[in-house]
Amino acid sequence: MRHGKYPLLAAFLLPPLALYGYFVVSPYAQSFLIAMTNWQGLSPAYEFVGFDNFKRIMGDEYVWNALLNNLWLLVLLPLLTIALGLFLATMLNVGGRGGRSTVTGVRGSALYKVIYFAPQMLSVSIVGVLWAEVYNPRSGLLNSALRAVGLDGLAKVWLGDPAYAFWAVLAVMVWANVGFYVVLFGAAMQSVPRDIYEAAALDGASRLTTLVRITVPLLWDTIQVAWVYLAILALDGFALIHVMTRGGPNFSTDVVGLRLYTEAFGDYKWGYASAIGVVMFFVTLSVTVLSLRLTRRERIEHS
Amino acid sequence: MSEQTMDAAVIERGPQADQADRPTKQAEQEAGRGRRVFDGTLNVFSHAFLVVWGLLTALPLLWVVLSSFKDDAEILGDPWGLPSALRFDNFARAWTHGHIGQYFVNTGIVLVGSLTLTMLLGATAAYALARYKFVGSRLVYFVFVGGMMFPVVLAFVPLFKIVGGVGLRDTLPGLMLIYTAYSLPFTVFFLTAFFRTLPDAVAEAAYIDGCGPFRTFFRVMLPMAKPGLISVGIFNFLGHWNQYLLPVVLITSDEKQVLAQGLANLAISEGYRGDYSRLFAGLTLAMLPVLVVYAVFQRQVQSGLTAGQMK
Repeated sequence: MRHGKYPLLAAFLLPPLALYGYFVVSPYAQSFLIAMTNWQGLSPAYEFVGFDNFKRIMGDEYVWNALLNNLWLLVLLPLLTIALGLFLATMLNVGGRGGRSTVTGVRGSALYKVIYFAPQMLSVSIVGVLWAEVYNPRSGLLNSALRAVGLDGLAKVWLGDPAYAFWAVLAVMVWANVGFYVVLFGAAMQSVPRDIYEAAALDGASRLTTLVRITVPLLWDTIQVAWVYLAILALDGFALIHVMTRGGPNFSTDVVGLRLYTEAFGDYKWGYASAIGVVMFFVTLSVTVLSLRLTRRERIEHS
Repeated sequence: MSEQTMDAAVIERGPQADQADRPTKQAEQEAGRGRRVFDGTLNVFSHAFLVVWGLLTALPLLWVVLSSFKDDAEILGDPWGLPSALRFDNFARAWTHGHIGQYFVNTGIVLVGSLTLTMLLGATAAYALARYKFVGSRLVYFVFVGGMMFPVVLAFVPLFKIVGGVGLRDTLPGLMLIYTAYSLPFTVFFLTAFFRTLPDAVAEAAYIDGCGPFRTFFRVMLPMAKPGLISVGIFNFLGHWNQYLLPVVLITSDEKQVLAQGLANLAISEGYRGDYSRLFAGLTLAMLPVLVVYAVFQRQVQSGLTAGQMK
């Protein structure tokens, strides 16, 4: 037994616990209770309505629409980001087949990494505002580039057209996140013994075969982490969409988080908004658990 | 030197790779050059793709910086052109009339407070949880770490009410406390793991030398945890700098807004006003500090952030 254990424990644990309990644990707990009420934020009076809010959510096509968008993001964002990230990381680290000293896999790989990673440094709000300008139908970078090469027909009102807005936002999410995974996968690739790649090359494996049969299985742990993280990101998406489209046009980019926000601070339906939050919590939780389950594999040890 | 023999040499050194690494490095690179010529076509393709993605990443950023020197006519009429003059008054307008200066100051104030508090409270809590056994220590740990499972939007409504209840809504100190509180789960999680890896012997030695528990922490353990503190510090710095969700709910008045939030609002109001050059200048001002810091410390930032993710 150490002496003076309890004064230290009290001094070190009580302040953070108090702050955390008051501003984090308590709101999360309360939201489960508020979800059972018909509280309209502006009036102090409310009554318990049991699971009525959840019943209404079942029939609320706006919530379903938002949830569906989240689910599309859930499938597409990890898939595109991880595929592109793996591909770019492979090119950078083991792509120049000869470059066995992994750091110089391809000439200038360090520079590429610096550039790819840069969007990770920018806030969601900067990324959103920046891309809203890139997508600007009149003066944006994208449309004027299309017009410059004579593809006027492809120039669209990207964020103003329900047919394209979702894809435009998805592209921004991939753009902003790929660099992080290039670096993450790159770091993981460095720990794979080079002999394995050399053996594959000697056996005449193509780059694609090497990527699918060797890199992916060996990096599975990292890919799994990436998958879970991107899935959580896809189920959120609130900040970027709030900046870029506010869920529009015609709810084509609406997501559950934004639905909650609109119900809570647009219509002051606090009970209903909290119920949406509770639904979101359970969806996030089950997706996390499920993706951890589904991606679980035998761990490959190499040292 | 022929490629075949080089390959053989490289493969042979397999088991002793570590010891033999340095001397063979140059030879390896020579072999690499040989190979590169060998499957040159594929390399051209792969390199082209790398360049394309590099351009896709860098061009929008460059475009914003260039556009911030243009006037509105140039921005609207010739998006790909270079600015005809370096109009620094755009930045002055963004800084003052666009309130970017005010947002910078607000963000700075919040960050100084929130980062200090997060690191202090996170490190002390993590240390207590990692080095001491007491009744309920696992429960406390899981309460902290469990916070990472909840989507922050779930807390929006009650948080709005609670923060208002203690008079902290629409105040910068309020933001400091809230940022800190919501950063604790990851910080405690990361630093607990880190403190557990530190050797017991050092703490024991400090104790035998008559060092009290508090002094042991601040003078011995905390300096030893520096690498972990830097990693999680960078992570939190970026997280707080870029925070958007919490200020959107908690800050309403214009002069209290932080950079991320103010910029988004500037973009919306600019749509009506049509002062595009001011918006681009504001965007550049908001973007450059982090990019410059990143350019200088990119290695640490990359490893810090990716390490944070993997833990």
